[in-house]
Amino acid sequence: MMLRSLWQKLVAPIDGPLMAFTGLLLLVALIAMGSASPERMTAQLINLAVALAIMRIVAQIPPQRLMHLALPIYVLGVLLLVAVALFGDISKGARRWLNLGFMRVQPSELMKIAMPLMLAWYFQKHESLLRMREYAFAALLLLVPVALIARQPDLGTAILVLAAGFYVIFLAGLPWKVIFGLAAAAGAAAPLAWGLLHDYQRQRILTLLDPEKDPLGKGFHIIQSTIAIGSGGILGKGWGQGTQAQLEFIPERHTDFIFAVYSEEFGLLGNLVLLLLYSLLVGRGLQIALNAATPFTRLLAGAVTLIFFTYAFVNMGMVSGILPVVGVPLPFISYGGTALVTLCLGIGILMSIHKNRMLLQK
Amino acid sequence: MEFKNPQEGLEQFSRRVTIVGGLVLVCFLLLFARFVWLQIIQHDYYRTRAEENRISLVPITPNRGLIVDRNGEILARNYSAYTLEITPNQVNDVEATIDGLAEFIDIETKDRRRFKKLMEESKRFDSLPIRTRLTDAEVAKFIARRFRFPGVEIKARLFRQYPRGAFASHVLGYIGRITERDIGRIEEIEAEANYRGTDHFGKTGLEQHYEFELHGKSGFEQVEVDAGGRPVRTLARTAPIPGNNLTLTLDSKLQSIAEEAFGDRKGALVAIEPSTGGILALVSVPNYDPNQFVDGITTIDWQALNESPQKPMVNRALNGAYPPGSTFKPFMALGALTLGKRRPEQAISDPGFFNFGDHTFRDDKKGGHGMVDMYKSIVESCDTYYYLLANDMGIDNIASFMGSLGFGSRTGIDIDGESEGTLPSPAWKKKRFKKPEQQKWYAGETISIGIGQGYNAYTPIQLAQATATLANNGVMFRPHLVKHITDTRTGGQRLIEPEPLKSLLLKQAHIDVIKHAMVGVNKEGTGARAFAGAEYVSAGKTGTAQVFSLKGADYKAHALKQELRDHALFIAFAPADDPRIALAVLVENGGFGAQAAAPIARQIIDYYLLGKFPQGAAPTDEAAKEADEE
Repeated sequence: MMLRSLWQKLVAPIDGPLMAFTGLLLLVALIAMGSASPERMTAQLINLAVALAIMRIVAQIPPQRLMHLALPIYVLGVLLLVAVALFGDISKGARRWLNLGFMRVQPSELMKIAMPLMLAWYFQKHESLLRMREYAFAALLLLVPVALIARQPDLGTAILVLAAGFYVIFLAGLPWKVIFGLAAAAGAAAPLAWGLLHDYQRQRILTLLDPEKDPLGKGFHIIQSTIAIGSGGILGKGWGQGTQAQLEFIPERHTDFIFAVYSEEFGLLGNLVLLLLYSLLVGRGLQIALNAATPFTRLLAGAVTLIFFTYAFVNMGMVSGILPVVGVPLPFISYGGTALVTLCLGIGILMSIHKNRMLLQK
Repeated sequence: MEFKNPQEGLEQFSRRVTIVGGLVLVCFLLLFARFVWLQIIQHDYYRTRAEENRISLVPITPNRGLIVDRNGEILARNYSAYTLEITPNQVNDVEATIDGLAEFIDIETKDRRRFKKLMEESKRFDSLPIRTRLTDAEVAKFIARRFRFPGVEIKARLFRQYPRGAFASHVLGYIGRITERDIGRIEEIEAEANYRGTDHFGKTGLEQHYEFELHGKSGFEQVEVDAGGRPVRTLARTAPIPGNNLTLTLDSKLQSIAEEAFGDRKGALVAIEPSTGGILALVSVPNYDPNQFVDGITTIDWQALNESPQKPMVNRALNGAYPPGSTFKPFMALGALTLGKRRPEQAISDPGFFNFGDHTFRDDKKGGHGMVDMYKSIVESCDTYYYLLANDMGIDNIASFMGSLGFGSRTGIDIDGESEGTLPSPAWKKKRFKKPEQQKWYAGETISIGIGQGYNAYTPIQLAQATATLANNGVMFRPHLVKHITDTRTGGQRLIEPEPLKSLLLKQAHIDVIKHAMVGVNKEGTGARAFAGAEYVSAGKTGTAQVFSLKGADYKAHALKQELRDHALFIAFAPADDPRIALAVLVENGGFGAQAAAPIARQIIDYYLLGKFPQGAAPTDEAAKEADEE
């Protein structure tokens, strides 16, 4: 009896469908990890436990509290990004980490949540009066951290943060003429932007267009991952049987390229299952957004959900060779604690918004 | 400016969420389409690519064929040994790696130099030996520390070995690491695939000429490899087919006796079986040790060999061109008979010199040989007889007759790179020289051609072949070293058939006159001392070829520097009535042919016909000096 009520208390804030989809994705993750890198299984289980605990805690925080935290977290995030630019540790040619003495943090990761929080809060504040000026200021709030992250350079995270912010602005009602105008301007500026890109960034785009040109160098990752996917066929080679994966032809096979391992071993059918799970997760998230009570929760729920989508699409697109290689993990499946915590934090926010939809509607 | 009520805002939000939801679906469908493309439509292609990735064909080098003499004695073989190899492109700092290895494995400066040279000559991903022939203890030491040395491996490799060292090195030749030039030869016959795992190639001698017989057929192992190229397991194996063995016509005992007979003198000897062209012995001394080339010779050793005044790398038997001296005379006489310029009994009076224009050609015997017929001209080696004869025959006749005996053209022996020598004629002179005044043939030049001097320059093998042809009554065979080739798998033998090159249009009576005179040489003439007491009848002719023009001064061997002394020559065949061996001997700067070269021929024939081993050492310089003063 006691135990039962304790259990009910524990699961009370948890949304059933969202938990089910997330749970299934995490199951896929463990299966894929078991093949790609069994030695990391324990570490990933610990990461998972921490992430789920955080999800549960966040799920219990009412959205109003989150709203109050939006500005401080955002400001903290930007300050940390500035600190990184000034004193950050350099690793692999990029300045991404900040050494706080007792631990190293990657402030750009924080920005993935802080950005939609901040913008959602901002649009709720200006709900009744949205002029160009408000949108312009929102754009400024978005672009400053994005620029700081892009400078590190960390194109993958910059794109994700930019996307997260853009989703909020779009859902808040950015006029279509502005959207089309921006798209046209971007098209016109593309040749100019090409000139501003780093050599290695240009190389990545060229590699995408013709990976076979440099099969042992830049094109190696894409070639090997597409070979893995293609050789998987409809049913796949079976768990632990992927030659591309097991013989280490797939680079980064437990992190960014884990999808190639999964796809080689489980084939088109496995991919279909994965796409379905992501679709259901995104669908549930959007449903939560539609049902949310306040503009803040609506925008936040919508943006967080679309981040999941963006992660999944960009990662699978890059591994299967239709998008350039940027460092974006496959959500819930790639190895790594930070990304998992960020993602589960997002799930927790969605759950909290869903549980509190009635209370605030009054 | 836009004012919104909450309801309007909610509706707009719903619309946008719907649009976004639609976009999400479109994007996922796009991905799905991509997966269908890769996993269904292009599946076969990618499956093949994955297999190609996974499976690597590792060539297995075949065992190189053996070389054995006519009695089965092994002259070139293989042995297996462990080598310590570094793959330069898998190592960060090659120098540091070698230093690390040197802490527990003996690596000498010589090894480092050789490795450096190999690195310059090879591709970065080749595995190159830093040490060969590791001891078991060294292998164990390395294995215990191998984790410290990525890119360094122990490999079991087959090495070529010439068990008798420098013995017959100019016949056997040697193998060395494949170079660009060798690759050209391999590509010519489109054997690239067969050489994928091979890193050695025949460079000279039989190793070079019979490279494609000795090499064999590479085997292949289908190995599953990981992305780093490390083998994971073997899937299938095609065994290599070992190279064919060569059995030589060469008799290594005879070869030994011949090489030892030279002592520390330089020179060449070619002994041929006249009825087949099979070579019984082919000597060029000094020799070199072909074993030092197998692992890759160091630059210093290479320079030492190449720059030595002894020139051990030159195969004198095939590439040394020497004036034949008086050994030319029997062939001149044969030409005279054939062309009808002399009858055997026709005699001249020899005053000891021959005046031609304002030049006096001197005989080696002061006062002359008196009345000289053809027999005496050969037995006593009378120069004047041949001065006159050359003048009577004319240079064109001499050139065409000598050319028919093979002088001045390659014999076609189964060793590559044979020289042509020089068969002098007006046409040759025209080609050889550039200035018009040098191109002209002077009648006086014909005179010294008659005694095997002047522009005459032939290789010892040409001289031996001409002697063998004479011994064989005008039927010329292509000289060859390999008797048969054995397929090591089936044991089947492919005989190298004696190949008659041509039959000269000679009268047997004329041949008999010359043979009779050459028998006389060894019985009562210049070769008599060397062949005293022989239990068989042999035919021979001595020769002494001038290196240094004396310009009328007396020749005193001991008064001249070694390298200016005359070359000693001797040609012979035996038994005279049914020749089983014909040979030519040349001792560089040896002095008189009778003293320096004929005794070597005697030892060879004694052994070959009687199985008698020579007694005592070869004549020394001291002995030659005494003989000169007699």
